[in-house]
Amino acid sequence: MRVIKKIGEWFDHRLQLAAPIREAAEHPVPRNTASWFYVFGSAALTVFLLQLVTGILLALIYVPSAGEAWSSLQALNHQVTLGWFIRAMHGWGSNFMVAIVLIHMTQVFLFGAHKYPRELTWIIGVFLLLMTLGMAFTGQVLRFDQDAYWGLGIGASIASRVPIIGPAVVKLMLGGPIIAGATLSRFFALHVFVIPGMLIAFVALHVLMVLKLGINEWPMPGRIVKRATYEAEYHALTNSDGAPFVPYAIWKDMFFAAFIILAVAACAYYLGPFGPTGQPDPTIIQTAPKPDYFFLWLYALLSLLPPSLETPFLLIGPVLVIIGLILLPFLSGEGEKSWKRRPIAVVTVLMIAITLGTFTRMAQFTPWSPHMNAWSGEPVPDRYIHGTTALERQGALVFQVKQCRNCHSLGDTGGQRGPALDSVAVRLTQDQLIRQVIQGGGNMPAYGNNLSPAETTALVAFLETLHPATQSPSRDAARDFVVSESKAKPATQP
Amino acid sequence: MTTKPVIAPSTEGTLSRRGFFMKLGILFNGFAALVVAVPIVRFLLSSVARGQGKGYLSWVHLGDVTNFPEGQTRMATFRNPFVMPTDGKTVDTACWVRRIAGDQFQVFAINCAHLGCPVRWFPQSGLFMCPCHGGAYYRDGSRASGPPERGLFEYPYKVENGVLTINAGQLPTPGDPVASLSSEKLPCA
Repeated sequence: MRVIKKIGEWFDHRLQLAAPIREAAEHPVPRNTASWFYVFGSAALTVFLLQLVTGILLALIYVPSAGEAWSSLQALNHQVTLGWFIRAMHGWGSNFMVAIVLIHMTQVFLFGAHKYPRELTWIIGVFLLLMTLGMAFTGQVLRFDQDAYWGLGIGASIASRVPIIGPAVVKLMLGGPIIAGATLSRFFALHVFVIPGMLIAFVALHVLMVLKLGINEWPMPGRIVKRATYEAEYHALTNSDGAPFVPYAIWKDMFFAAFIILAVAACAYYLGPFGPTGQPDPTIIQTAPKPDYFFLWLYALLSLLPPSLETPFLLIGPVLVIIGLILLPFLSGEGEKSWKRRPIAVVTVLMIAITLGTFTRMAQFTPWSPHMNAWSGEPVPDRYIHGTTALERQGALVFQVKQCRNCHSLGDTGGQRGPALDSVAVRLTQDQLIRQVIQGGGNMPAYGNNLSPAETTALVAFLETLHPATQSPSRDAARDFVVSESKAKPATQP
Repeated sequence: MTTKPVIAPSTEGTLSRRGFFMKLGILFNGFAALVVAVPIVRFLLSSVARGQGKGYLSWVHLGDVTNFPEGQTRMATFRNPFVMPTDGKTVDTACWVRRIAGDQFQVFAINCAHLGCPVRWFPQSGLFMCPCHGGAYYRDGSRASGPPERGLFEYPYKVENGVLTINAGQLPTPGDPVASLSSEKLPCA
């Protein structure tokens, strides 16, 4: 033991690090911050370190070349011992990291930790969130499969809409005229060098500021933050009711960090790695690209926004959100910290969570996308053609062959782009059906050019049978009258 | 570990020999930074600079016109004219060729005019449908429904010695629909 102590002293005489480390570890924190609510920051750091390790391991095998990336991922999955597990750890680690960063941010906001004097810590945190999302997107590109390829196309299409410089931004982003080798290489540079480098620097600053300014005390309703008095009050609190961070508070961080690492490993082991899906060959178009979990809400939003609002929303929306997040500590830098006295803050968090959650859920079953195979894979249920006439059956055939079911469902199978047609005859009269089929409208294409009069007649005859047994189809009363009039006076007809 | 400054800083208003050399040093470094920055920026923006004007576009063959029966729409593939050694399969590009009649064609980009996903042609219903956000187009490429704000991107084409040739080479995007930016007159649908 004496030898070890001597060696330690030899190093410290030269490094002079023991004293500042001891000081940082034993700095007093308010006793009530030794809470399970305060573990998410250190958990985010833990997952980040885990990502660094698994990322470096993947780089031992991965080839950032558009021609070989996909096969090197296959080699990782199937050839290299435990390559699949490291890929899975990295993939699940990224999901955990985004989730923990968001939870950390929510906790910090609800506990008023963004207020004076921790404004800059919050702002750096906002940049850390953006970089985390940047890592998530660039990482998805490195998994160079069909989703990555078409995801880049979506990114390019969004970037191209920036006024004036859009086309130049696209070429800068792609590194050339199309999504190809140079594109993957530059996303590799971003994912492996640029963003991680910035992340390390910003994380260091973020943690340093937490040490310098002290951890946010547990918010008490009625304890108001004032610029003039806050720091003195905080020091008084840590003096009167403080405890050294190590070991008083850190044991909870350590437990949670270990738990998170085990959770990532368990997800990786039981649920496996993500993809890669099909080869990044642009001539294989039988694909329905989808973004990774944390961008699903955006995917839903892009489908549901009215076309005219889309570009302004895409270009201005993110700027406003980022400016809002940066301005937040300046707009509410003082006052109540406790969520119990900040109802608008709580409602805002709930609104954002519900909105993102709803969009994410919708993007999982994409009701707005046509089912490309519904017309050939999901036949009209036979109960819809029981007891029908020859004309109506011919109509059912037209209905199937013209791919109406890619967008319309019958008996709960088929697309959901348009309304379900199980009871369409109750909603629309014969004339309205004919008009809708031929002219389209309300987001339905016009089929006038593509259906012969005989096909239209048969199709509408079939659609008119689609009503519940207890409800009669909708009728145009005036038309009945015209028909009966003409029947009553057959003599007048030539 | 406090050390006293060996040389006192120059008194205000006067420029000492050391102060002068420090300023000269900053200036010299600024010059060096500028010399290095020019090639760095040119390297970084090379893909943008190269895309100016005609840029990456050139005429590529899609094959014999007899491959495309009249009145039908078929997929064709071509190799992007700008190739790098690491591109792999990504330079193989697909497009939709509609032969209206004779030498009258329409060649559509595979990319949806909304956000670039690959559209699929359904001859039975005469529609192009996009699997991503539900855009649909008629057989002549015009918008039928969904989020796209315009019709499909069209490549300028010409028929030379019975070979269909298109002017291509760059990913068409809503903000840069390069495929349809050409002096070539497009046939009426």
